[in-house]
Amino acid sequence: MGWGALRLYTLLVYGFMFLPVGVVVLLSFNASQFGSFPMTGFSFRWFVELAQNDAILRAFRTSLILGALTALISTTLGVLASLALVRYRVPGENYISTLLIAPILVPEVVLAVALLLFLNFLEVNKSFTLLLLGHVIFTLPFVILVVQARLVSIRRDIEEAAQSLGASPVQTFFQITLPLMMPAVLAGALFAFTISFDDITGTLFWKPGGVETVPTQIFSMLRNSISPEINALGTVMIVMTVGLPLLGLALARALAIRSGG
Amino acid sequence: MSVEAREARQPWILLTPALTAVTLLLFVPLLFIVVYSFWLSSATGADIPAFSMQNWQEALTDAFYRDILLNTLKIAAITTIVCALMGYPAAYFIARSKGNKALLLLLLILPFWISYIIRTMSWINILGTSGALNTLLVGAGILSEPVQMLYNETTVILGLVHFLLPFMVLNVFVSLEGIDTNLEDAATSLGATRWQAFLQVTLPLSLPGLAAGSLLCFVLGAGTYITPMVLGGPRDAMFANLVYEAIITQLNWPLGSALSLMLLIVLGALVLIYNRYLGMAQLMKGLG
Repeated sequence: MGWGALRLYTLLVYGFMFLPVGVVVLLSFNASQFGSFPMTGFSFRWFVELAQNDAILRAFRTSLILGALTALISTTLGVLASLALVRYRVPGENYISTLLIAPILVPEVVLAVALLLFLNFLEVNKSFTLLLLGHVIFTLPFVILVVQARLVSIRRDIEEAAQSLGASPVQTFFQITLPLMMPAVLAGALFAFTISFDDITGTLFWKPGGVETVPTQIFSMLRNSISPEINALGTVMIVMTVGLPLLGLALARALAIRSGG
Repeated sequence: MSVEAREARQPWILLTPALTAVTLLLFVPLLFIVVYSFWLSSATGADIPAFSMQNWQEALTDAFYRDILLNTLKIAAITTIVCALMGYPAAYFIARSKGNKALLLLLLILPFWISYIIRTMSWINILGTSGALNTLLVGAGILSEPVQMLYNETTVILGLVHFLLPFMVLNVFVSLEGIDTNLEDAATSLGATRWQAFLQVTLPLSLPGLAAGSLLCFVLGAGTYITPMVLGGPRDAMFANLVYEAIITQLNWPLGSALSLMLLIVLGALVLIYNRYLGMAQLMKGLG
């Protein structure tokens, strides 16, 4: 295969990845009544309807709160664990790493069933708490992987300099280590948020009746037919989930440049 | 306490919250469903603690479950092969391109960030009876009326490939990036054609990445139940759908436990075989 053919092939692969997504965005601006082809004109009506749909707004709020809490807890646990793994010589380090990333090695359906049944046994029924615990446990490995990868590149001599100038370990952590780690922490938190915001596989098992997240709301709306509102919601989600990480990436880079990293 | 002892304790203090979470929210629950899979379900209320082989017997001997398990593995295998055929050349192009590599890669893994349910349902817009393809074909006079192209095994595979392709590209790319391009040049200067150099030098060296990508595609593909529910027909249920049915619809939790464990054992065996021969390091590189 020549280079030109390879280029064309790659282009087709890109097309395959982006075409369906592009069509979602295109159809969300469709003026036609049924929201399907042919396009009859350009309109924001589906976004207006979306903004007036209480069920979707509720789902959005649930997803945002769930994502934010997941990110907070998961990042805290993940950063502490990553610090231990990168900064200390821990006996059995490899085994501990494997244990910590185990939640992504187990199929999510199985994780979902196990957690649901076990917590139900402990009298924790399907609830927001269960949902949150579930999201924390399967985002944790991703946070640890991301944070660990970035943490390795932070030099220790700055911390040692601070300590030799009289800073206590706690002072050193909050004034030196944490600011240097900020890009890694943000990247981890963003990752956890996005994964939580997008999850449906576990969420369908854990969510209590009547509570919907954005993906489960879309899923339940799909059962009837694909309404143009879903395309509009899809567009909003795409802007959010693509825009946020890009923003985070830019932010992390800016922070890294400012701190001279 | 001595300074050394305190030093030695510090990492454990840092690790305790995460290890506790993984223990209480993953390992203990997994052990719990092992126990639960021997219980008896009751139609009226709480399941009855017991030591019964009934669920396992049903899960292991019922031809219905076996067929769906085999079909699930088949779908995952086809998905993985298609991902490799599509993803490897694309990853190779990105790795060897002289343009803006980072941007090219970012574009191809951008769909990672686009909601899975949105990406899955987006195919309805393309292939549905009032979708883009039907509109086009009817408009061009090739079809006299729209045909239903959705809700079959092919569309399930299509959806899975669309979902999993970025995993393949990323893993292959990472391993291609780690190969010294001088090796290929050396091979061609010693008389190999570029194609030979690729087949005999680059391809073998990139196999760990290909294997890591394949493992991810296979395991994630075989564990899904959303894609078959959105893009498949009534007969395209995968094994995870059976788990969902048992747990959520029928509320037969003991049977659901046994089915979950079956899936875990089959897919876990694959992960263990992979780990035995290639180790987890390559997989972590691709994920991190």
